[in-house]
Amino acid sequence: MSIASKAAGVEFRNVSRRYGNTTAVDDVSFTIEAGNLVTLLGPSGCGKTTTLRMIAGLEMASSGTILIGGKDVTRLPATDRNVTMVFQSYALFPHMTVADNVAYGLVVSGVRKRDAAAKATEGLELVGLGGYGQRLPSELSGGQQQRVAVARALVLEPEVLLFDEPLSNLDAKLRRKMRDDIRELQQKLGLTSVYVTHDQEEALAVSDRIIVMNKSVIAQTGTPDELYRRPKNRFVADFIGGANLIDGELVGRSGGTATVALGRLTLSVPDPGLPAGEVLLAIRPNAIRLRTGSADSAGDGIPVTVRKATYLGSHMEYGLTSEFGDLFVVDPNVASPVPAGATALATFTGDGIAAVAR
Amino acid sequence: MRPRSAIWLALGWVGFALLPWFAGSGTQPALAPPSPGPAGSALIDGLTNGRWWLLPIALPLLLALAVTALPGLRARRPAVLLASGAFGLAWITVQGFAIGLDGWASGWLGALFGPLALGQGGFGAGAALTALSFLFLMTNGFAGLGFMKGDRFTAGAIGLVLAAIAAFVFLPVGYVLSGAGDTGSGGFSAAALGARLAAPDIWRLSCLTEAKSCGVVWNSVFLAVMTGIATTLLGLAFALVAVRTGFRAKKLLRVLTVLPIITPPFVISLAVILLFGRNGTVTLAMSDWFGLPASRWIYGLPGVLLTQTLAFTPISFLVMIGVVQGIGPSLEEAAQTLRASRWITFRTVTWPLMRPGVANAFLISFIESLADFGNPLILGGNFEVLSTKIYFAVVGAQNDPGRAAALGIILLCLCLGAFWVQRQWLGKKSYATVGGKGDNGIPSQLPRGIKIAAYATALPWAAFTFVLYGLILFGGFTENWGRNNSLTLRHYLAAFDLSWGPGGLIWSGRAWGSLFTTIEVAALSAPLTAAVGLLTAYLLVRQSFKGRGAFEFLTMLSFAIPGTVIGISYILAFNQPPIELTGTITILIICFVFRNMPVSIRAGVAAMSQIDRSLDECSLTLGAGSVQTIRRVILPLLRPAIVASLVYSFVRAITSISAVIFLVSPKYELATAYIVGRVEQGDFGLAIAYSSALIVLMSVVIALIQFAVGERRIGRRAATPVTLQEKPV
Repeated sequence: MSIASKAAGVEFRNVSRRYGNTTAVDDVSFTIEAGNLVTLLGPSGCGKTTTLRMIAGLEMASSGTILIGGKDVTRLPATDRNVTMVFQSYALFPHMTVADNVAYGLVVSGVRKRDAAAKATEGLELVGLGGYGQRLPSELSGGQQQRVAVARALVLEPEVLLFDEPLSNLDAKLRRKMRDDIRELQQKLGLTSVYVTHDQEEALAVSDRIIVMNKSVIAQTGTPDELYRRPKNRFVADFIGGANLIDGELVGRSGGTATVALGRLTLSVPDPGLPAGEVLLAIRPNAIRLRTGSADSAGDGIPVTVRKATYLGSHMEYGLTSEFGDLFVVDPNVASPVPAGATALATFTGDGIAAVAR
Repeated sequence: MRPRSAIWLALGWVGFALLPWFAGSGTQPALAPPSPGPAGSALIDGLTNGRWWLLPIALPLLLALAVTALPGLRARRPAVLLASGAFGLAWITVQGFAIGLDGWASGWLGALFGPLALGQGGFGAGAALTALSFLFLMTNGFAGLGFMKGDRFTAGAIGLVLAAIAAFVFLPVGYVLSGAGDTGSGGFSAAALGARLAAPDIWRLSCLTEAKSCGVVWNSVFLAVMTGIATTLLGLAFALVAVRTGFRAKKLLRVLTVLPIITPPFVISLAVILLFGRNGTVTLAMSDWFGLPASRWIYGLPGVLLTQTLAFTPISFLVMIGVVQGIGPSLEEAAQTLRASRWITFRTVTWPLMRPGVANAFLISFIESLADFGNPLILGGNFEVLSTKIYFAVVGAQNDPGRAAALGIILLCLCLGAFWVQRQWLGKKSYATVGGKGDNGIPSQLPRGIKIAAYATALPWAAFTFVLYGLILFGGFTENWGRNNSLTLRHYLAAFDLSWGPGGLIWSGRAWGSLFTTIEVAALSAPLTAAVGLLTAYLLVRQSFKGRGAFEFLTMLSFAIPGTVIGISYILAFNQPPIELTGTITILIICFVFRNMPVSIRAGVAAMSQIDRSLDECSLTLGAGSVQTIRRVILPLLRPAIVASLVYSFVRAITSISAVIFLVSPKYELATAYIVGRVEQGDFGLAIAYSSALIVLMSVVIALIQFAVGERRIGRRAATPVTLQEKPV
């Protein structure tokens, strides 16, 4: 016996969830392909956790249709769905041993005790906790508890494995390791996983695709690369990676790139598919370089004053004042930093700029 | 849904077609003609005896059978189950109330539909099972339509709890309301209701102007206010001594808090009589030393006030301990760093923070005093209060249930009013100053004057209480207290004698019968109480559904209904079809279950709030249903709460008197009712012996349980104010 995958796809068709007058999820549609890890990303209160809980069957959709593996499960309670979840608090049963926790789902679905125990042992070995079966959850560290929770969800061979902010209770170092472990396990077993987080870096690191949610609706769906390089709107541009948002004007396009005027400068960006006219430029902090020199030699840059300069070892962070407003810059050049109060020239590298609607 | 619906449907058919529909007890006249067929089920009775109104019950059962059996109708199943369940339940209820023992229950029904040849008796096993089956078919249909997250168990549990509360709390209270307007010929008139409610002996104020006694309402309210003030002050003094002084014997004060749980409410009265009665120790000493003539001054307001203060001070103490402990010491330290003296700190910080808690303690004692029955019954003399007046209106020479009902309405309104004030007004006013964050402050010492005052009130009172309990335990061993103080085992032998006869051991003592019944009733009602209470707590904490707030209020309401009102209402409601229970052991058990349920709910809610909700959700996503989740996850984690609520419902069933004194019968006599009967006969020796036996028994039970479960866990629980302040009286 071994732990296999029964990965299935998930589809939401016009799903809404309302509580009285407030709408937590508003007419949301998306498709998650089998074997993918998809992240629901957004600020708190955007409806991502509610969406996840509707996949689990812990919340019922007020309207719309939810399909798992092509089957309509909209009215099916959590018990009857083949979906498991790793909870933010881990939710390990404190009165059961680690092995009993992992075997719980198997035992309640009628698997013979011996088979359940064998499979639980296997699950624990899979997450690197072989030999910890007879301990109580309270005797484990936070990271170990997290692994038990993952093993418990895995041994049922779910169609979909859900993660609700699984790393938020861990410290920064452990978080990075667990993140990589989860991704590795998911890819090894070919699981369909849905992962909720509000940490955009975590989302970029683990996902095949990301669904960005804001104010109960989907703001954008795409691969991490698409979302970072070609955000569709101001919210996504700002939320993923952070960006300086500056007014510009789209003046022309040719073959997949568009030309945008910013003051005297013209920059080329990936074609946003917007009509010519006013647009908003999203400039990544690392797409700006600082050059000391007099303002009159400004051919390809804009004159700025350095308001604040912070030394962070691997890079410099600058706060700049310019005619287009304040700018935030991350510059890898730590050998010859520009001091605060100096005037300088800001130039733009070709990559890391996108145009979105105003 | 299919298997469970099918099981309930099958049980519905069993109840309808096989089991006897009517209760065949001796309290109702023989139903003519005697039911033929195997068991006198509704089906047989309806077909052969001419009770045609039972036959429509088959209709929803057939309908439900059709949708369950025919796969073609699957899509319609939930809606049809809901409709047929609702119709079946409604039909059973309506026909049950419309047709009584001698045909139509009300004259206008007869006028409308013509006379009936036959009447019918109270519901029996068949009717109960069929009604239950309809209830669950209805809730299954409800869940099938997608309500309650499609959870059949939750829907069924809510339905069950609501139906039970409707039948055993609201129906009886409704009977009290209609009973108060009874014209004597079975009709209802607002004029009769008004006349009874406004009777002069209830409301008159003649004691202010002339030397007559005032109306019974004023007596009750005056007594309750006085008791409230006295117990609150004493409770505050105890709490200050226990929390804010270096008093050594704090554990001894904690013992005080256990006393009201294990003591039948009237026992304090007996002890007070031993001290201050005509042959009391103090009375005799006074007449020996100072020549004061022995009088009956203790019988009346002074005696009742004294005993109620003694009985309720521990409850007030518990509430006040919570309040005093809840004041963050760092607040007082802050005041002192701002150059306030100890006294100014107490006056400007400590006392204002305690004030809402003080008001709360007052209201709780106020309600307890209004509802108290045992003490005024024994010590009241000519001083009448509402609860005793209700009792005498039913059992005395008057035998006027209408009058008892009217008095019950007034008492109910007073208690519910105080209860409402306590919940609504104080609920929003309390300051919780100790938050989740650590408070490193050290509670400041009391100002000198207050400290002395607290010691001077609390310690003598505590000593007095312990002396009284000592007297109770000792008094049973004297021949005749005050007159002949020689030691004897006579009373204990009379109560608990054992002898060997030809058939083996003979329980020849007089108390055995009632003691065994009491233990039997308590043992049967305790698990039921715990089950209903914890189920309700689960619904309140774990499930969100529309009307949850109202649901919670309804379940807690039965706490505020005084025992005497419950007693009178059960007599009025369950003495006739369709639910005929008086004189059975069932009515005693049901009475205890619904009297003690709020305590069990509170214990369950408190414990369940500690268990993170994600544990249940996790269990659900792992494929366990609601029932399995409860059994494997929630119940094991709730074990201390379960034990606590089992113990308290058991102990309270043994010590309570006010409601059950109306419901006991010669066959099912309870210990407390028996003791009160002995007191009324003047047989103090036996009463005291029996009471001390009960107290010792209760102490042993509690000690054993504490030993078994672990002193700390249950001990802490015993000390939570919420659990105890809702002790029904």
